Amino acid sequence: MKHTLLVAALVLVVWSCSDDNDDPAGNNDNFDRGAMLTNWADNIILPSYQAYVADLEDLATSAGAFSNETTFENLEALRVSWLEAYTSWQSVSMFEIGKAEELTLRDFTNIFPTSATKIEANIESGQYNLELPSTRDQQGFPALDYLLNGIGSNDADIVTVYQNDPAYRDYLQALVTRLNTLGTMVLEDWQNDYRDEFVENNGSEASSSVNKLANDYLFYYEKALRAGKIGIPAGVFSNTSLSDRVEALYKRDVSKRLFETALNATIDFFNGVHFDGTGQGESLNTYLVFLNTIQEGENLSNLINNQFDAAKSAGSNLGNDFFAEVETNNQAMLAAYDELQANVVLLKVDMFQALNIKVDFVDADGD
Amino acid sequence: MKLFDTKYFLETTKAAPLAAFRIFFGIMMFLSIVRFWSYGWIEKLYLQPKFFFSYYGFEFVKPLGPYTYLLFLVCALSALAVALGYKYRLAIVIFFLSFTYIELMDKTTYLNHYYFISLLSFLMIFLPANAYFSFDAKKSPALASEYVPRWSIDSIKLLLAIVYIYAGLAKLNSDWLVEAMPLKIWLPSKYDLPLLGDLLQETWVIYLFSWSGAIYDLSIPFLLLYKRTRVIAFLLVIVFHVLTRVLFPIGMFPYIMIVSATIFFDAKLHDRILAWIGKVFRVNKAYFDNDNIWKLTSTGHPWRVSVLLLFFAVQLIFPFRYLAYPGEVFWTEQGYRFSWRVMLMEKAGYANFRIQDSETDEQFYVDNTDFLTAFQEKQMSTQPDFILQYAHFLKDHFDSQGHQNIEIYVESYVALNGRRSQPYIDPKTNLVAERESFRHKHWILPFKDEIKGL
Repeated sequence: MKHTLLVAALVLVVWSCSDDNDDPAGNNDNFDRGAMLTNWADNIILPSYQAYVADLEDLATSAGAFSNETTFENLEALRVSWLEAYTSWQSVSMFEIGKAEELTLRDFTNIFPTSATKIEANIESGQYNLELPSTRDQQGFPALDYLLNGIGSNDADIVTVYQNDPAYRDYLQALVTRLNTLGTMVLEDWQNDYRDEFVENNGSEASSSVNKLANDYLFYYEKALRAGKIGIPAGVFSNTSLSDRVEALYKRDVSKRLFETALNATIDFFNGVHFDGTGQGESLNTYLVFLNTIQEGENLSNLINNQFDAAKSAGSNLGNDFFAEVETNNQAMLAAYDELQANVVLLKVDMFQALNIKVDFVDADGD
Repeated sequence: MKLFDTKYFLETTKAAPLAAFRIFFGIMMFLSIVRFWSYGWIEKLYLQPKFFFSYYGFEFVKPLGPYTYLLFLVCALSALAVALGYKYRLAIVIFFLSFTYIELMDKTTYLNHYYFISLLSFLMIFLPANAYFSFDAKKSPALASEYVPRWSIDSIKLLLAIVYIYAGLAKLNSDWLVEAMPLKIWLPSKYDLPLLGDLLQETWVIYLFSWSGAIYDLSIPFLLLYKRTRVIAFLLVIVFHVLTRVLFPIGMFPYIMIVSATIFFDAKLHDRILAWIGKVFRVNKAYFDNDNIWKLTSTGHPWRVSVLLLFFAVQLIFPFRYLAYPGEVFWTEQGYRFSWRVMLMEKAGYANFRIQDSETDEQFYVDNTDFLTAFQEKQMSTQPDFILQYAHFLKDHFDSQGHQNIEIYVESYVALNGRRSQPYIDPKTNLVAERESFRHKHWILPFKDEIKGL
C-alpha cells in the first residue's frame, strides 16, 4: 500500500514537471476553446454588430428624410428601416458582454411594453435624459414602434401629428440617435480592443469569455426570448394572459418575424454558424461533442438541436401578430412556450453540467 | 466505573501536540473568518438574501441583520483566544456556539468541512488543550502540565480518521470508481492549468485521480498512525490537499487538513515548534515543562470520557442513516449531509414553481430570482428539503399578497453525474400539503438508474 501510494504520488509529481507543452503544434486532445472564441467573435458577433449598426445608420437616414419631408411615403420608408434594424437587433441581443454589458444595451434598446404616457410627457415637456435607467421604457425599438405606428389611429393622422408638432420629430430623432450611439459604441469596442481581450480570455475561471458568454446566452434565451417574447404575453407568469406585452405591440404583424429571427440566431450561435451563413466553426455544439468523448453520456448536442427544431416548428404555427395570437389562439402560444421551456432544461442543466459552467457563478467555497 | 479506570484511559502523553494543535486550529479559524469577511461573503450570503433555508428543527436560527457582523467578530475573537489559550474553556465554547450558529443560519452554504469544524470545536471543549503553552497555564501553575491523558490527543486523531475513512467509503461506488464521475466533468474543465491542463483531458488520468483519491482517503489515517510511514504519509497529505486546492474552489479546507495532520507526529516535533514560537514571542517554554500530569477529578473523568465515547458512537453511526431511506442517496439526498460525502457528485437542477388556485384553476409561474440568490436557487433546485421549504415560503408570500386557495406544484429536472436530466419531484404533488420531517419524502420521483456500492 505504502509503495503504491508513493508511486502514485511520484507519478503525479513527474507529470506536473514533465514538459507536455513542448509540442509547438499544440497537438493534443484538448478542445480548442480559443478557436471557439475566435469563431464567435470574428464570424458571428462582429458581423452581426456590423449588420446591426449598418441598419441603424439606414434608420437614421430614413428618420432624417422623414423629418425634412414629413410625408406618408417617408413614414413608410422609415417603418421599413425600423423593421430592418429591429430585425438585425435580434441577432446581437444575446451578446450582452463587454461594452454591451457595461451599457446595459438590451435594456436601453428593447424594453417592452414601452410607456406611451411617459413618451407623450417627454415630448410635451421636452425635458428628458435618455441616459437615465428610468427612461428605458421610453426609448429603443418599442418606443419607436409607438411613435411610428401608435400615435394616431391611421397613417394620415400619424403623419399629421409630425407635420404639426416639431417636438415629435425631435423625439423621434433623439431615439434614433440614441440607438445609433449605443450600437456604435459597442461595435467600435469590438473593433478596437475588446475582440482580442475576448478571444484571449480563454481560461476556465468564472470570468472567462466562454463561461460568461454561455451564461449571457442562457440568460437571454430564458428571459428575453422564452419569457419576454412568448411566455409573459401568453400569461405563463401571471393569472391571465397579457396581450399588451407582445413585442412590436403597435405594428403588430411583425412579432413573429422578430421572434423567429431571434430563435434562429440563438440556434446558429449554438451551432457556430457564421453570420453570413456561409460556414460553420467551433461552437457549444462541437464542444459538447468533444466532452462527450470523455463523459460518454447522451449525445446532448443532438438532443438540444432536436428541441430547437421542435421550438421552431411550434413557432411556425403562430400567426404574424402575437397580439392576435394571445387574444384568440393562446394555446399555440403556450405550446411554443413549452417547447422553448424544454430546452431551458437541456441548456441550463445538462449542457452547463457537461461544460462544468456554473449558472450565474457564485463566489463561495465548495467541498 | 471500571471502563474509565482501564489502563488505556489512565495513560498519559506529552501535552505539546495538543497545545500545538490548539494554536494551529485557533489561527486557522481566525484566518478563515477574516478571509470570509474580507471577501464580502457575510453581506452576500447572510444579509442580502430575502429568505434563508433552515435546518429542520433549527428554524429559529437566522442571520441577525447587521449584528451578523458582530457574530463573526465574536467567533473570530474566540478563535484567537483559543490559539492563545486565554480563558480557553469559555473561548472554545463560544467559538463552537458562534461557529455552529453561523453554519445553521442558512443550509445553502452547507459544507462538510464546516461541519467538521463544528464537531472538532465541540470535541475540544472536553480536551485539556490549555494545560500547556497557554495563557491559562501561565497564570495558573496548578493547571500547567507537561503531560495530558493520552485519550485527549487520540480523540482528535480518531475524528480525523473518521472523516478520511468515511469519505473514502463514500467513494466506493460505481459512479466514482467505474465511471470516474464526477471527475470526468470537473477535471477536463481545468483545461487551462499550466502543465496539468492537457493531461486532465485524458481518460486514464481521470481514472487515476478517482482511484488514488479513494485509496488515499481509506489509507491515510493508518499511514499517519504508523511511525515508519508517517513522513511519507504527511507528504501525501500535502500533495493531495494542494492538488485539491488547485483543482477545486475549496477555500481554507486543504490548509486546515494539512495542519491538522501534524497531530499524528511525535511530541518531539511539537516541542520544537513550540520552542520556536516561544523564542519568537518570548514565551518561556521551560516553565511548562514541569513534569506535572494533568488530572481530572474522580467525578470529572468518567463524565468527560462518557461524553466523548457517546460523541464517537454517534459519529460512527450517523453517516449510515441513509440506509433507513429507500432510493439512491445521491438522488434523494436523504442522509446525504453530515456523512462525509465530499466532492462526490455533480448535480444540476431546474425547478419551476407553479402557483395554482384550487378553486378557479388559475395559475402562474414563479420567477425564482425574485426571492432567491443565484447560489440559493442552485442549491434549492437539486435538494428536496430546500424545494419543500421554498414552496412553503412561496405559499406564505402569495397568501400575504391576497391569493387564495393556493396549491404549489413544481416542475423540476435534475442531472446527476453526467446523466441526462430527468424529472425530479412529482409534478402532481401539491407541496403546500407536504410537511418537512425525517420520514421518507415519497414525492421524490425514483432515480432511473442505479449507482452500486456504499
